[in-house]
Amino acid sequence: MQDNNWRILTRPLIDDNPLTLQILGICSALAVTTSLDTALLMSLVVVCVLAFGSGSVSLIRNHIPHSVRIIVQITIIATLVIVVDQVLQAYAFELSKRLSVFVGLIITNCIVLGRAESFAMHNGFVASTLDGIGNGLGYSLILVIVGAIREFFGKGSLLNVQILIPTSQGGSFEPLHLMLLPPSAFFIIGGIIWFIRRKRPQQVEKAEFTLRTRGQEPK
Amino acid sequence: MSEAIAKDSTARALSVALTVAFICGLLVSVVAVQLRPIHKANIEAERIAQLELVLAALSDIGRVQSIENLEARIVVLASGDFDDNLDPATFDAEKAAARPATSVAIPADLDLAGLRRRALYAPVYLVRGSNQQVDLIILPVSGRGYQSTLRAWLVMDGDTQTVRALKFYQHGETPGVGARIEEPEWEAQWRDLRAFDDAGVLRIGVRQQAGGALSDDAEYQVDGISGATRTTQGVDGMMRFWLGEFGFAKFLQRLREEQL
Repeated sequence: MQDNNWRILTRPLIDDNPLTLQILGICSALAVTTSLDTALLMSLVVVCVLAFGSGSVSLIRNHIPHSVRIIVQITIIATLVIVVDQVLQAYAFELSKRLSVFVGLIITNCIVLGRAESFAMHNGFVASTLDGIGNGLGYSLILVIVGAIREFFGKGSLLNVQILIPTSQGGSFEPLHLMLLPPSAFFIIGGIIWFIRRKRPQQVEKAEFTLRTRGQEPK
Repeated sequence: MSEAIAKDSTARALSVALTVAFICGLLVSVVAVQLRPIHKANIEAERIAQLELVLAALSDIGRVQSIENLEARIVVLASGDFDDNLDPATFDAEKAAARPATSVAIPADLDLAGLRRRALYAPVYLVRGSNQQVDLIILPVSGRGYQSTLRAWLVMDGDTQTVRALKFYQHGETPGVGARIEEPEWEAQWRDLRAFDDAGVLRIGVRQQAGGALSDDAEYQVDGISGATRTTQGVDGMMRFWLGEFGFAKFLQRLREEQL
């Protein structure tokens, strides 16, 4: 049992990572990773919402009628997101302004609803909470890596501490402005996915279609 | 099996949905009400921080002031009148610009700043001299930049003709390129710049082409930032819009003619 719970918590980190294997939650991953501090705060928020969301859905899973289950799940998730957003606006005002709408958009983050629907509806409270935390951490892991790379190469700093001095201030570091634009997050996430799948070839999906070369008959 | 049917009955679905909605609604309300004082304090702190930027800009041009000496007023932009029924301390211009009831659509040909709508009212700050005449006018201006909305304080002289300073307090432009609008060297160009010519025509702006012969507008213009064309065009449009007919022109005219 202990072993199983540990497995639930750690599986989503690499083996079943929501971002790199299931390719969910990409939108927010592009938007909030221009610097490490926003990526960290967003990670924390998503872990909280996932843990409490999956936990509460699991608690009442035997009482939720099948016909209204998605609405009930969304209501719970939306409530958690609004509460977290309000708390951030109160205690992390500056950062919450930089995250702007992306905290609110966690409601539509496929990972949260996906875990509630596919896991928490069928598993106990402890397992569901751990699954939520695990998936949140899996998402966070990628967000933090992408955020660190983008901030370091885009601004020469980490957590707003200047490490490389840019040429505009007399240093020798030329900031890569591309890193601060959304496409760079695509490249980095793509690179991470390639790396993981190279190390774990079992994650590579089978091609649904094969290209037909000239002269070859369709099968 | 009978239990499964009962679980999916309409009455059951309704009661579960209502219960969940009630508990969630209660939670959200409690949190919102509990945190409201902190939210208000944050917004007020932000307003003070923005005003402190104005004070820094004023001290840069040799006019050291304190917040108490800034006379906060709300201006009706269409008429140029003050509206003293609104409290400048709690007036939220951004929110007002977003709401249909408190804002107006900007005609497309006048929308140089790319804002689409602007609030009916604007908070302004006045600094008065020893004999109560208006010495400096501080106006909030905003416009669309390259990838964000630029927000700045525009400090005009009491003569309503000359720009004394421009201080950006919010933008999300590309660091090292568009973000150079807030570098002191660039902002300093706006110091003591004439906005209108002798005929009263608005001439202020940002010069786009580098080099070449200086045009007639040279004495009313600042240099653009190379590589940041869209940002500097945004600043140019922002200045022309807010000093123009749909911006503060009426207010400045009233101030000049009636010594409000």
